Amino acid sequence: MTPRVVFPNKFLPYLLLAPQLAITLVFFYWPASQALYQSVLKEDPFGLRSRFVGLDNFRRVLADPNYLNSVEVTAIFSTATAFFSMAIALLLAVMADKVIRGRGFYRTLMIWPYAVAPAIAGMLWIFLFNPSIGSLAYLLRWVGISWDPLLNGPQAMVMVVSAAAWKQISYNFLFFVAGLQAIPKSLIEAAAIDGARPTKRFWTIVFPLLAPTTFFLLVINTTYAFFDTFGIIHAVTGGGPGKATETLVFKVYSDGALNQLLGDSAAQSVILMIIVIALTAVQFRYVERKVHYG
Amino acid sequence: MATVDLKDVRKTYPGNVEAVKGVSIAIADGKLCVLVGPSGCGKSTLLRMIAGLETITSGTVSIDGKVVNAIGPTDRDIAMVFQNYALYPHMKVYDNMAYGLRNRGTPKDEIDRRVRATAKTLELEHLLERRPRELSGGQRQRVAMGRAIVRNPKVFLFDEPLSNLDAKLRGQMRVEIKNLQRSLGVTSVYVTHDQLEAMTLADLLVVMNAGTVEQAGNPLDIYEKPASTFVASFIGAPPMNLLPAGQGGAAPASGAREGAATIGFRPEDAEIANAGDAPADALALDAEVEAVEPVGAESFLYCAAAGSRIVVRVSGRAAAQPGDRLRVVARAEKLHWFDASGRRVD
Ligand SMILES: Nc1ncnc2c1ncn2[C@@H]1O[C@H](COP(=O)(O)OP(=O)(O)O)[C@@H](O)[C@H]1O
Ligand SMILES: [Mg+2]
Repeated sequence: MTPRVVFPNKFLPYLLLAPQLAITLVFFYWPASQALYQSVLKEDPFGLRSRFVGLDNFRRVLADPNYLNSVEVTAIFSTATAFFSMAIALLLAVMADKVIRGRGFYRTLMIWPYAVAPAIAGMLWIFLFNPSIGSLAYLLRWVGISWDPLLNGPQAMVMVVSAAAWKQISYNFLFFVAGLQAIPKSLIEAAAIDGARPTKRFWTIVFPLLAPTTFFLLVINTTYAFFDTFGIIHAVTGGGPGKATETLVFKVYSDGALNQLLGDSAAQSVILMIIVIALTAVQFRYVERKVHYG
Repeated sequence: MATVDLKDVRKTYPGNVEAVKGVSIAIADGKLCVLVGPSGCGKSTLLRMIAGLETITSGTVSIDGKVVNAIGPTDRDIAMVFQNYALYPHMKVYDNMAYGLRNRGTPKDEIDRRVRATAKTLELEHLLERRPRELSGGQRQRVAMGRAIVRNPKVFLFDEPLSNLDAKLRGQMRVEIKNLQRSLGVTSVYVTHDQLEAMTLADLLVVMNAGTVEQAGNPLDIYEKPASTFVASFIGAPPMNLLPAGQGGAAPASGAREGAATIGFRPEDAEIANAGDAPADALALDAEVEAVEPVGAESFLYCAAAGSRIVVRVSGRAAAQPGDRLRVVARAEKLHWFDASGRRVD
């Protein structure tokens, strides 16, 4: 039990909370309410006047085949990004757990990519995958894949997923390393004595006990893939070719900022918000039940 | 059914920490061997080498006559009860017990039969559907025992299995472990720092000190003839009284041993006598009572004598009070003699 802090002054607690509240209000509630407000308005072509149109914007957006394509792209992109960034991070963390000498050094190296800005991460992968100068592109051609992400949609998707997943691996790695360290060694030893070989031990003991970490990262990574990957997609493919990598967030930007369809863009933002809230709720409700803490 | 043989087993941890410095023990089939010694003397390390959890720096460990140095814990067919029990927190009690059988491909109906039979023996039947965190310390301990027993392994290994229980439960479980081990007849190695546990459980008692074996044998033989001052003061509670012998020290009027540097006698072997009323070869000390500890059936008198502290056990209530002066006598056949290096002199 932590004792309650008692403030002598009535206003001091609010004063201390004020900066946090101000930031949340200015940078979250205000834009969110603006989006809600805009989503039920329609602007005239010159942007001079807007009028109330009810749910018209939502109807139009949801009937638009481009929007439905974008939903599908986002589903594929988010699932693949979250899966690969977590799977690779887990693999690396399990291997790092076995490293004894130079442990700290190895971990520090692993954390660096997290400090790289999304756009720069994107540029890095553009170079690696560039059909004419990229070293990975060269390798791919060498194994007989005709590599042209500028024209081939699925290949462009591979590229953005690689960049987005790569960027998040460090973060996931850190959490998995901590999660692995929290598993008592004697459990692994007991399982070994109980006749379980390393692979079996991993899937029957280690992986289930990592579940709280994995669940937390699943929520974080899904949110990341939905929202924070705009910079990468913008830098790597710009949503193309065609609309093969146009995720929901990217479409909000291209419709709103490039095509000046403020009402549509706002309606999309609202839908996006609802999707993320729903997704997180579902994750907490159904996945967390299978998680055993402690 | 198996024998366990250790031949000059050594363990050096990275950083040149010599945890075990050449231990040889032969455990006969079905016997319970107890490794006892102070914290840090290498008991766990030795046990973990038998389990295959630590590599063996040199020497050999054999189970059933077969050297197992190069065999991993998975294939040694042993079971271990850990100090913290190491129950799988995400599995129900049933699955904790079934896990080892499943890993070895035992048929489902046989697993069920064996788990239920073991649960019955250990009175765990009503707990099978619970998870470890829903159990008390004593229940967890029983599940850990059950997980070991259900596998019917060649060897049981116990690393201080009772040290997390309260005194009463510890006493009960001690008796129960002894009975189970007897009835199952599985060769066992049991590590403890508690000399009472060691004395009561052991068929073969091994007293360890700083990575070496001080003395091994039948517990009562060790109690009656401790091979060194270390064993003398470690086995028995309260420990043996040890006094510097020879010049200026304590010694009987006659019959002192050649080369003895220390003389000892057990608290229960001391008698309170009247002044001048002792045989010439007995050790007689003038003592002043400093404290009296009545335990009920017996009392302990803590006294100052011959420049040292000694403990005397008297049965029932003690008549003595702090400050009283007594004459404490230990008969010749009850005296233990040790040389300057602490070894027993006979
Ligand atoms: N993994 C390890 N690395 C280095 N030294 C260790 C390790 N485990 C134990 N030791 C050392 O070996 C000695 C014996 O330890 P241990 O076998 O655990 O003793 P006990 O079980 O008798 O208390 C101690 O000095 C301990 O510090
Ligand atoms: Mg120990």
